[in-house]
Amino acid sequence: MHNFITQYLGTGFLGGLLSAVLPLLFILPYALVTIWLELKISAHMQDRVGPMRTGKWHGWAQPIADVTKLIQKEDIIPAAADKALYLLAPALVFTGAYAAYAAIPFSPAYIGADINLGIFYIVAVSAIVVLGILMAGWSSNNKWSLLGAMRTAAQLVSYEIPSSLAILAVVMVAGSFNLNDICAAQSGWFWNWFVFGKFPFLFITFIIYFIASLAETNRAPFDIPEAESELVAGYHTEYSGMRFAFFYLAEYGNMFVVAGVAAALFFGGWNSPFGVYLSGPVWGAFWMISKAMVLVFVQIWLRWTLPRFRVDQLMYLSWKILTPFALVNIFAVGLWVVLR
Amino acid sequence: MNGDYQMNPVSRYFRNIWRGFWTVLVGMKVTMRHLFTPAVTVQYPDARMTIPERGRNRLYVNMDDCIGCNQCGMACPVDCITIETAKSLPTEDLGTTSTGQKKRLWVTKFDIDFAKCCYCGLCVPPCPTECIYMTDVYEFSEYDRSKLNYSFITLSPDEAAAKVEQAKAAEREAAAKKAAAAAAAAAQKAAQPAPVPASAQAQSQPQSTVPATKPETQQASPAAAPEPSRDNGAEADKNVSLKEKSE
Repeated sequence: MHNFITQYLGTGFLGGLLSAVLPLLFILPYALVTIWLELKISAHMQDRVGPMRTGKWHGWAQPIADVTKLIQKEDIIPAAADKALYLLAPALVFTGAYAAYAAIPFSPAYIGADINLGIFYIVAVSAIVVLGILMAGWSSNNKWSLLGAMRTAAQLVSYEIPSSLAILAVVMVAGSFNLNDICAAQSGWFWNWFVFGKFPFLFITFIIYFIASLAETNRAPFDIPEAESELVAGYHTEYSGMRFAFFYLAEYGNMFVVAGVAAALFFGGWNSPFGVYLSGPVWGAFWMISKAMVLVFVQIWLRWTLPRFRVDQLMYLSWKILTPFALVNIFAVGLWVVLR
Repeated sequence: MNGDYQMNPVSRYFRNIWRGFWTVLVGMKVTMRHLFTPAVTVQYPDARMTIPERGRNRLYVNMDDCIGCNQCGMACPVDCITIETAKSLPTEDLGTTSTGQKKRLWVTKFDIDFAKCCYCGLCVPPCPTECIYMTDVYEFSEYDRSKLNYSFITLSPDEAAAKVEQAKAAEREAAAKKAAAAAAAAAQKAAQPAPVPASAQAQSQPQSTVPATKPETQQASPAAAPEPSRDNGAEADKNVSLKEKSE
């Protein structure tokens, strides 16, 4: 049993509801904190100070003010939009991002759904996000939105291949699709983490997965779907108010998903770096979230370092570099696992 | 980079990848260094940058030194400086400026409209006593444009009006004296004093049709040569009424 809620409340309505809502209770404060971090980090990387006034201490309340503003804003639906799809799209995008939380092992004692195909499930439900974005772009009836949505579809489909191949390499080493088992396979000191395993193949795997995951979250340098300078805001150009906030929340939710998956696959997930020292259910949650947050920080760091890719560079990177490398990698790791 | 194209395609491919990877790390190092570089932002209302020594901001007029010469007003390209003066009596001592110049005029109006001012600083060099100069005050925005019209005179409005009246009276007195002297001289010469008041009345009559002139001015100077006193009086009137308006 890896879910303390269903352990005590059973898998009935109440237990199911609580264990489904728990990640949401995490995402909302996490998104606020990360938005604030992004504001501050981006500012300081550009030698600015970022928000300083809201909430007195270093503008800590700025994301709260932003969300309050977004909630109050008018929900504008373009007259030419396909209303049903237009209204459904943000919910679908957020659903795709949120559904992935079900299989992320937050702690040895909490995983939303302890299913055997956990990582496979995450890859699958992440694809719902593409659908939602395509719906948003298409139903907005706006050339920028449609271009952005088409770019998103091309990008996400392209980068799902190297990321899936990278995940497969780890799955071969761990011998399981279950993220809890993958974490358990890396227990002990930090040199047991897969990022250091089968050196250097799993390290290269991590690099491939991380680059591909950046592309899947539509963040710079892979932000051509919402390239402000060319497409206004891409697929969410027409959205305002709460629906826009949903896209935003989904983006930050997705960032944590890919970071959490990377942490679970390569950095031992809820394992303490120091063997049994500081391990346990609560420390497990601490380690998992901190590792994922470090990776979220690296995502932010990269965003404010690199300029945006051109579309042909994007495709070149995916099909001519990441995919062949991932294939060779998976072959080498497979050989190592078989010959051991 | 040019050497890359002489390489065989395979090593070029790997070299390109390595270079891409390496330059990303270099870029990340740069941004990480800047993350810990102190920000250049000056958080304005809490902290201020020092104004350059010769920065041009709000003007100030030190009225103790002003001699009312209106050179600054003439230099102003946008006519935002309005100066009006009244002659002091010979018995009054206005003192001297810090540069040692004797003050001869009461400055009854010295207005600078900062809504018009273009902060060119052209009014500063002509001043003979260096009493108009730029300060480092740059925060004086107002909700009402008329509040940007600053008055620098040290006299109160009543005092200023009194000084104008006094100068006018002195003028009239001098004119009357002059006219009397002229009349006496004429009477002595030709023993015919009659034409002088007649001509004065003839001159003052058309003025009564002009509404701007004050009746008291004409009543006060029935026989005297009216030309200078009327002018002075009208200007003083305008002076006072503007003063009242601006308040």
